[in-house]
Amino acid sequence: MPRPAGRSTLALPRASRLAALAVALGCATAAAAEPPRRVVSLNLCTDQLAMMLAAPGQLISVTHLAADPMISVMADQASALALNHARAEEIHALNPDLVLAVSWTPRHTVSMLRRLDLDVVEMPLAMRLEEIPANIAQIGHWLGREAQADALIADFHAGLAAIAPPVGDRPRAVLHNANNYTSGSNTMAGQILALAGLANIAEEAGISGGGSLPMEQIVMLAPDLVIQAQRYPGASRAEGVMDHPAMAALRNRGGGTLADAEWVCGTPHVLRAVARLTALRHPSTGSE
Amino acid sequence: MRLPLLLSLLGLLVISLFLASLMIGPAGLAPARALAALLRAEGTAETLVMREIRLPRALLAAMIGASLGLAGAAMQGYLRNPLAEPGLLGVSGSAALGAVIALQTGAAAAFALALPAAALAGAVVAVALVVLLAGRQGGSITLILAGIAVSAMAGALTALVLNLSPNPFAAAEIVFWMMGSLADRSMTHVWLALPPMALGWLLLASMGRALDALTLGEDVTESMGHSLARLRLTLVAGTACVVGAGTAVAGAIGFIGLVVPHILRPLVGARPAPLLAASALGGAAMLLAADIAVRLVLPERDLKLGVLTALVGAPLFLHLIYRARREGLT
Repeated sequence: MPRPAGRSTLALPRASRLAALAVALGCATAAAAEPPRRVVSLNLCTDQLAMMLAAPGQLISVTHLAADPMISVMADQASALALNHARAEEIHALNPDLVLAVSWTPRHTVSMLRRLDLDVVEMPLAMRLEEIPANIAQIGHWLGREAQADALIADFHAGLAAIAPPVGDRPRAVLHNANNYTSGSNTMAGQILALAGLANIAEEAGISGGGSLPMEQIVMLAPDLVIQAQRYPGASRAEGVMDHPAMAALRNRGGGTLADAEWVCGTPHVLRAVARLTALRHPSTGSE
Repeated sequence: MRLPLLLSLLGLLVISLFLASLMIGPAGLAPARALAALLRAEGTAETLVMREIRLPRALLAAMIGASLGLAGAAMQGYLRNPLAEPGLLGVSGSAALGAVIALQTGAAAAFALALPAAALAGAVVAVALVVLLAGRQGGSITLILAGIAVSAMAGALTALVLNLSPNPFAAAEIVFWMMGSLADRSMTHVWLALPPMALGWLLLASMGRALDALTLGEDVTESMGHSLARLRLTLVAGTACVVGAGTAVAGAIGFIGLVVPHILRPLVGARPAPLLAASALGGAAMLLAADIAVRLVLPERDLKLGVLTALVGAPLFLHLIYRARREGLT
């Protein structure tokens, strides 16, 4: 297993230079030896992995996003924990001995927490399916829950292996989100689509990452399936594109949904989305 | 220039820009193919693009541009002040606030006409406030201060409502409501905006004679049988109708009502009545041109229309203030 990346290891020399203070405070080196007992997570993705792996009582707080069923697949579990808004002051007040952040956590929050002498570790966000096992292992290592992490990784690999390889022709699909945003093959959502045996028209338009695909182009590419995001409460013009008559006409030929919660974080739950989308191809394969 | 000639030239310009607007888009259809797809119901992807995406966009640009030009000319005629304009005086901003409230409270989802109705209500409040505050003796400074206050209040409340929305995309749309855009509008929006807009056009167009008389003074106007109170009511209702309906579907688009009458005024011999018709055509041409430009300059970014209109309009506004000061109109 690789050493944990980031500042947790870099913090050690500094701690040893301040040895007297470190000993007096009961210190980071001692905490590294045994599992942390009060873990706080600052990001939706570390929230969900930590909830899957932590020992009972070990994880004391996750973000309020984790309790929002619109973007979290583990909202029920999260609502039982203290919810934070990733603000330095409230995190410090929770008195954590380990803070889980990601590389996208605002720099000023991370540096403020480190100045308050908290142990902050940063997980890289998984942008592709292949990166999910490493992140599970990383969180497992930080929480001292390697065995649970190994079991979860094994489950994930088994789940991946169980997905039936696509047979026959692949229906052409577009992922249609607010603001005509779509995801190409080099994204988590795009990989979910590919694993489900669907061809992504973002490829034909030259989009491999995420990007906006003008509605005119979507219509001209004439996908067999329009897979749209879920709607949030309230209203927005950004989501209004999903109600556009041109998109409604396309959806009449075939449609499905892929909720943000299902792909926004790299967790083993992405496999459920694959299973759901696989069902969409049966009508067309059956008609052959 | 003779009026019929001017109006024909402007009409020709609007038609060419309208056709150009139909020809431009990321689908890259050849012009002949695009027109054929628009006219023949073939049920192809081209037809869908032309009828459901490009046609409503071009129609709305012409309708809203005409509305803003007309409203600007009418307000300037009534207030006898070249600085009056729905965008600058906060009328568009207040209409946007009304629209945002209708959308975020769910009223617009429950009842489609609630969207233009709420925008219209916002516009009525703003235009009535401005007209009453600017009053009969009010000079440019009173008018502009009233406009600043109304715009600031409407902008702040719009931002507040959008920030309070549970929708994660809402807050980012403050820029749409303040700058305006016609991207991905549909025929639904055209039908939603058209009835109140048409009513507003009729009301504003009916003001022509009274506005001409008003150039000779208020006493003359009254002695010629025009009621100033009714004229004011017509202005408030007409402006609210056209600006409210336009803003509800495209956001607040500024400066068209300022720039267009300013450019056309010398060409119609500074008479308010012919300026109304000319400004309507000129406004349609300017917004069509702006909407073509946003698609040519940064096709993928949904550049807001207000960016372009302000780039043209703001320097002109400063110039007008400078001239108004020099002529002692303040």
